[in-house]
Amino acid sequence: MSESPRGKPVLDAVDRAIIDQMQGDFPLSDQPYAEVAGQLGLSENELLERLQSLLARRILTRFGPMFQVERLGGAFVLAAMQVPESDWERVLQAVNALPQVAHNYRRTHALNMWFVLATETPEGIAAAIAAIESATGLPVFAFPKEREYFVEMKLASRGA
Amino acid sequence: MDDLDRALVLATQQGLPLVAKPYDLLGEQLGVSGAEIRQRLAAMLQHGEIRRIGAVPNHYAIGYTANGMSVWDVDDAEVDVLGGWVGALPGVSHCYRRPRAPGVWRYNLFAMLHGRNRAEVELQTERLRELLGSACRAHDILYSSAILKKTGLRLARPGGLAPAES
Repeated sequence: MSESPRGKPVLDAVDRAIIDQMQGDFPLSDQPYAEVAGQLGLSENELLERLQSLLARRILTRFGPMFQVERLGGAFVLAAMQVPESDWERVLQAVNALPQVAHNYRRTHALNMWFVLATETPEGIAAAIAAIESATGLPVFAFPKEREYFVEMKLASRGA
Repeated sequence: MDDLDRALVLATQQGLPLVAKPYDLLGEQLGVSGAEIRQRLAAMLQHGEIRRIGAVPNHYAIGYTANGMSVWDVDDAEVDVLGGWVGALPGVSHCYRRPRAPGVWRYNLFAMLHGRNRAEVELQTERLRELLGSACRAHDILYSSAILKKTGLRLARPGGLAPAES
């Protein structure tokens, strides 16, 4: 784990406890943060401040409901491209410029750019793929999930 | 999903408000009571429209610096049974069957693995390989070497959707 400029660890024990405790089952009660804070031995204010800081520092990318896009009528598709190194920056900018591109990762393979397209309708996927192919001049390979065996995003925070 | 559900999805796509009474605040914004908001969220959780309410950590920031997409070319007749087993292994965060792309991509089973380093991920891969046995014809691990974008979906149109899990 790297250190902040002040020499303080980026994550302290309280941050870790918050991250480990709050990846699911957030209460649907009148004052849910107070409830979770009580379980963690914190005050409600301290928990809210910590969450704000974790989000501002991008240690948490989000806090809230995680929607299952397909159940809401939308579509969520993994896709990949083989991008020449010499053309990397141009293609990256063209792909990331599309709001339908929710996540994008560089990966170690001939197919070196892997992204997730999220759209309001299943038809939106084909349109997004066509837009990327037209903007980049490169083919997009779509790998829609045919079956989901397991999805469990919870990961315990870990030291280096 | 009625209009209030849609409005609730839009209102929370950036996240839940960080205030003492987040459901009351959402209710005020949408013109209903906090109790109604809580009821709607409970129903969406029950129906699977919401998977969960919680925090999404940046894998790298919480110590998982090796994030590998393990991919497997598995006999079509066996992949559904084996996929269920693979998904149950510790360290696997997502497991899906996906189509092959002839000539470009031969793998039909995807399992996301997470570890503190590549050695940990490779150990997990070895366990998967043993589990899949002769049904597996080839495999590979694609590590993510950079996050190029991670915003979730941002749609403002009425009736639009919200971010989902990666």
